[in-house]
Amino acid sequence: MTVENLANTLREHPFLQGFAANDIDKLAAMASEVRFGKGELIFREGDESSFFYLLLSGKVALETNTPGRILRIVTLGHGEELGWSSVTSSHRKQFQARSLEETQALAFDGVRLQHACEEDCRFGYTLMSAMLRVVAHRLQSTRLQLLDMYSPVSAKVG
Amino acid sequence: MAVAELEREQTTASEMTPAMARVAQVRKETYDTFTLALEPSNGEPFPGFTPGQFSMLYVFGNGELPISISGDPEDRARLLYTVRSVGKTTQALVSSRPGDAVGMRGPYGSHWPLKVARGKDVLIVAGGIGLAPLRPAIHYILRHRADYNRLVVLYGARSPRDLIFRKQLEDWGRLPDTQVLSTVDYGGLSWRGHVGVVTGLFRFVRLQPFHTVAMICGPEIMMRYVIWELEARGMPPGDLYLSLERNMKCGIGFCGHCQYGPNFICKDGPIFPYHEVRSWFGRYEL
Repeated sequence: MTVENLANTLREHPFLQGFAANDIDKLAAMASEVRFGKGELIFREGDESSFFYLLLSGKVALETNTPGRILRIVTLGHGEELGWSSVTSSHRKQFQARSLEETQALAFDGVRLQHACEEDCRFGYTLMSAMLRVVAHRLQSTRLQLLDMYSPVSAKVG
Repeated sequence: MAVAELEREQTTASEMTPAMARVAQVRKETYDTFTLALEPSNGEPFPGFTPGQFSMLYVFGNGELPISISGDPEDRARLLYTVRSVGKTTQALVSSRPGDAVGMRGPYGSHWPLKVARGKDVLIVAGGIGLAPLRPAIHYILRHRADYNRLVVLYGARSPRDLIFRKQLEDWGRLPDTQVLSTVDYGGLSWRGHVGVVTGLFRFVRLQPFHTVAMICGPEIMMRYVIWELEARGMPPGDLYLSLERNMKCGIGFCGHCQYGPNFICKDGPIFPYHEVRSWFGRYEL
């Protein structure tokens, strides 16, 4: 994909809605297209990985390992983001990510993104605001899952 | 006592007196949820019901419960009730055997806005056992398919083993102009579907505000988030309908147990347009 094509693809992605054209161009220059096969592990729990992904197609599961079983936490797909922790100071992956279908994504090196944010604070504010929306959404969804709201027990407690 | 008063009293007595029905079949949906098929004891067909309505079912020697009707509204020979076994009366109900007698009052309550939705897309959002009161509406739409545009069913449950009507969901999903998506809060490796909250499924839906009617049933917290999500996507509150649940006792608005603001859930509900109940929706005191 050329940088121009990458910019066009980025413009369509929900994560970048509201980004200025020059910010998208800046991101396009840092993006690389990646593909993952069905069943492929994108990263494992504890891995040092600094990549942040914008998913273009397919389906990815975030999973955690417990003795004797793997628990699927959430599935992500087209128009969503993977690996937001890459733009924080810690690059250790808390969960493992597995591609459930043929998956296409745009990958960004988190360290490069952090440097770009430091060099251009306005760009940094825009990017981190978008990132914060992702984190807030994930937190809200996790809270709802933790409420176990479909359980008859949770309906009676309290 | 004047004749008019006597007649009124007699009417009241008959509304509180259950008719007899017999259990024809008990079908296991999940480890804790069962669908009972009831037939009339006297051989006469049941009075019709409108999708979204409920009956008061009496388990003799045990207690009475409001249970939504979950079957096809055009099947007058049997009424289906999908029940989750969570207490002593529901446990007794799902332990019934074919031939057992069950008391029945109703059908009662308001219904899903199937006339309002004609000519529009229909978005059904269900959580857990909340799919049961919506199934008659889905049956109705599929029987009158030309009257509606796209049908979208979004269903969330706790885990794959908590999904009810799984086979039917798969069958509906293969029909033209019909999109069916399920998600679970907790999924293992064998589950190939979505994992996450039901609102996460909206990203797969092409929603047309002002041309869509949404029918929502599930835990109230879930419905709250669904409504916020739909409002954020431009859906007017008047096009959102939800099924509410409170502690119903009489089923006909006499006892006041299910009062909800100025409404009784049993008599004025259980289905309400959101804009009529938004002032009370989500309040702890109610």
